[in-house]
Amino acid sequence: MEGAAMNAVVPMTVPLNAFLAVGTILFVIGLAGVLLKRNALSMFLSIELMMNAVNLLFLAYARMRGDASGQMVVFFVIAVAAAEAAVGLAIFVALFRAKRTIDVDQIASLKW
Amino acid sequence: MNLPLWLIPALPLAGFLLNGSVALFAGWRRARKSTAAWREAHPEDHGHDGDAAAGHGHDDHGHDAHGPSGPFLPYGERLFYGVVGVLSVGLATVVALANAVPYALASTASEGGIGPVVQSVWKWMAAGHVSVEMAFRLDPLSAMMVSFVTFVGLLIHVFSVGYMQDEEGYGRYFAYLNLFMFAMLTLILADSLVVLFIGWEGVGLCSYLLIGYYYDKDFAHAAGKKAFVTNRIGDFGMVLGIFGILALFGTTDFSFVDLAKAGAMNGTASITVYAVCLLLFLGAVGKSAQVPLYVWLPDAMAGPTPVSALIHAATMVTAGVYLVARCSAVFVLAPDALTLVAWVGAGTAVFAATIGLAQNDIKKVLAYSTVSQLGYMFLACGVGAFGVGMFHVFTHAFFKACLFLGSGSVIMAMHHEQDMRAMGGLAPKVKRTYLTMMVATVAIAGIPPLAGFFSKDQILGAAFAGGHLVLFAIGLFTAGMTAFYMFRLARMTFYGEFRGTEEAEKHVHESPATMTVPLIVLAAGSILVGFLGVPEALGGSNRFVSFLAPSLATAHPHHLSHATEYVLMALSVAVAAAGILLAWRWYGQKGATPEVPSAAAQAFYEKSGALGRLVANKWYVDEGIEAAVLSPFRKIGTFLWRGFDSLVIDGIVNASAFLVELTGDLVRFFTTGNVRNYALSFSLGVLVLALYVFLR
Repeated sequence: MEGAAMNAVVPMTVPLNAFLAVGTILFVIGLAGVLLKRNALSMFLSIELMMNAVNLLFLAYARMRGDASGQMVVFFVIAVAAAEAAVGLAIFVALFRAKRTIDVDQIASLKW
Repeated sequence: MNLPLWLIPALPLAGFLLNGSVALFAGWRRARKSTAAWREAHPEDHGHDGDAAAGHGHDDHGHDAHGPSGPFLPYGERLFYGVVGVLSVGLATVVALANAVPYALASTASEGGIGPVVQSVWKWMAAGHVSVEMAFRLDPLSAMMVSFVTFVGLLIHVFSVGYMQDEEGYGRYFAYLNLFMFAMLTLILADSLVVLFIGWEGVGLCSYLLIGYYYDKDFAHAAGKKAFVTNRIGDFGMVLGIFGILALFGTTDFSFVDLAKAGAMNGTASITVYAVCLLLFLGAVGKSAQVPLYVWLPDAMAGPTPVSALIHAATMVTAGVYLVARCSAVFVLAPDALTLVAWVGAGTAVFAATIGLAQNDIKKVLAYSTVSQLGYMFLACGVGAFGVGMFHVFTHAFFKACLFLGSGSVIMAMHHEQDMRAMGGLAPKVKRTYLTMMVATVAIAGIPPLAGFFSKDQILGAAFAGGHLVLFAIGLFTAGMTAFYMFRLARMTFYGEFRGTEEAEKHVHESPATMTVPLIVLAAGSILVGFLGVPEALGGSNRFVSFLAPSLATAHPHHLSHATEYVLMALSVAVAAAGILLAWRWYGQKGATPEVPSAAAQAFYEKSGALGRLVANKWYVDEGIEAAVLSPFRKIGTFLWRGFDSLVIDGIVNASAFLVELTGDLVRFFTTGNVRNYALSFSLGVLVLALYVFLR
């Protein structure tokens, strides 16, 4: 990496690789949740998990590089995730009212 | 009184609009009423009110009056159509004569004539250096044409009032007839070739509509189509000819005649002038039914007989001669083109006359006679005697209209029998028709002092004087045949014994006054109009031709000595008399049967061998055109349809549709509707993208 060109590098007590490992594990768990869960709410939570994994990596790199713009992106992601949660949950409620289920395998009417 | 020229075509146009809209409205109302009456008579088909009225309805209206032929129109409605039709043309006649007669008097009074009167109504179009005025022109040529067209047209309108009274389409008929008068008068009075072309196409349209008047009969609409399509060939030449005139002179209004006389053209390449003349002549050949485009005119007899008289004998078909005369100044610049005109004319004259010898339908004889006489007119123009050609147009309008209307009267007396073999001995039963038709027959045969003699003799004289001895001989021979077939017609119709059924004989009746009065007027015209152009050799001054002279060009002014003229006249009268005598001896004798109307003619026919069969079958021209032109065209069409359109074009379209369908069939299975499948493909896509970015 281009560590040599950095200025005001804050020394890290926890090594970067630990952050990367945790973030990657979280992301993969989330991905597996999205692909394997049938409950729409569980899938939704898994997506949140993936986003937070990415947020963690953003923060780790921002800290490593001493650059605040990474932290800004995290705030954006949190804000967008909140909006997305509002819309997504509203959809699930409406879906449940119509179909009496939020099992995504049962909700497959939009097909050939 | 100063009546503007635009009134002359505008009055029949107004009549057309009035009659047409009333006829449309009345027809719509009648259709609605008869539907309502039918519903009342057949309530069970109606759906909602069922059995109660059913029996009653059937008893009352079992034989309903709304058969396919339809009821006669109410008297008031017929009266309206007739009055509007006749009155509009009558007023147009008054305006036309009020303009033309003073003009003619003033023109003949002053030395060398007076100039044309041009009245522009509005500027039609202006594009670059070309501008077309909607302008009307009164000069000797148009004054002459407009006088006889309105006058003869008026008589034929009056005749139609009686002739068409039993027809359901009475209003439609008069509307079309008025529209025709509008178009024809526009054609004649136009001051430019473009405005003339409006009338040219208009008369073609009305001709088509009126030939197909009995549109529910197959032969009628087939004949209409034939006329229209054949005329398209001519009109194609006509349009190109107009462009050629525009290219040569930079204008289409008739000032180009003066430019041509002065020789002021763009480029003097004689080949251009020659081509323009040929193209214009092609238009004339189509409209005036000359060889080889004459085939539509005999078929045009499918229309009502007054239509044949007005459009296909007296007026429209002479438009081609009028065009050639109008452009005579251009034609004299291309002497070779004029020679062609003369030969086409002479060829048509003799060719059509031979066919006329052996026709049995009374109207077909007159149709071929018309084609033959039109040939005479072109012969006159072709040898440079344009004035004489127009004189024959003028006299021909009277005696041929009289003949056609007379044949209409005969056909009506015979209850729509047109075959002369089923006629015979009609003279005492239809006296007025007989007498008037005989006058016209003598006139067309060229017996002095009737109209046909003067004009036809001058045509032959002009051909002789121009040194065209072969053309002269053809003309003379045709004159003999004309006399023969006309007297054959008269003898078969009016003399001998009646050859139809007894039932038909009992019902033969003279026509009403609305039909006989026009006949008498036209017969009087056939006697008198010839005296307008008495040649100098007979003590006249040929006022007719000298009146027209300012509008026309003279190609080769030739003068014959009086002695030569006397010999020529005697010759043509002798030939005509021979034709008459032969017809008199052969036809109308006792003992004729419907199958063999004349034993002598039958014997001659059997001796004549192949030639006789050719003539009797109209030289197989229709069959020849079918084999040489129509059949190949149909084959090409069928090939393009089956081989190209169905196979290639439709194949491409169908193949692309099939391809889309196939693709859809394959990829639609990816649309499972299961959100986790989508998520998986989404993830895999991201993975691929990431790998691509990482490994790049």
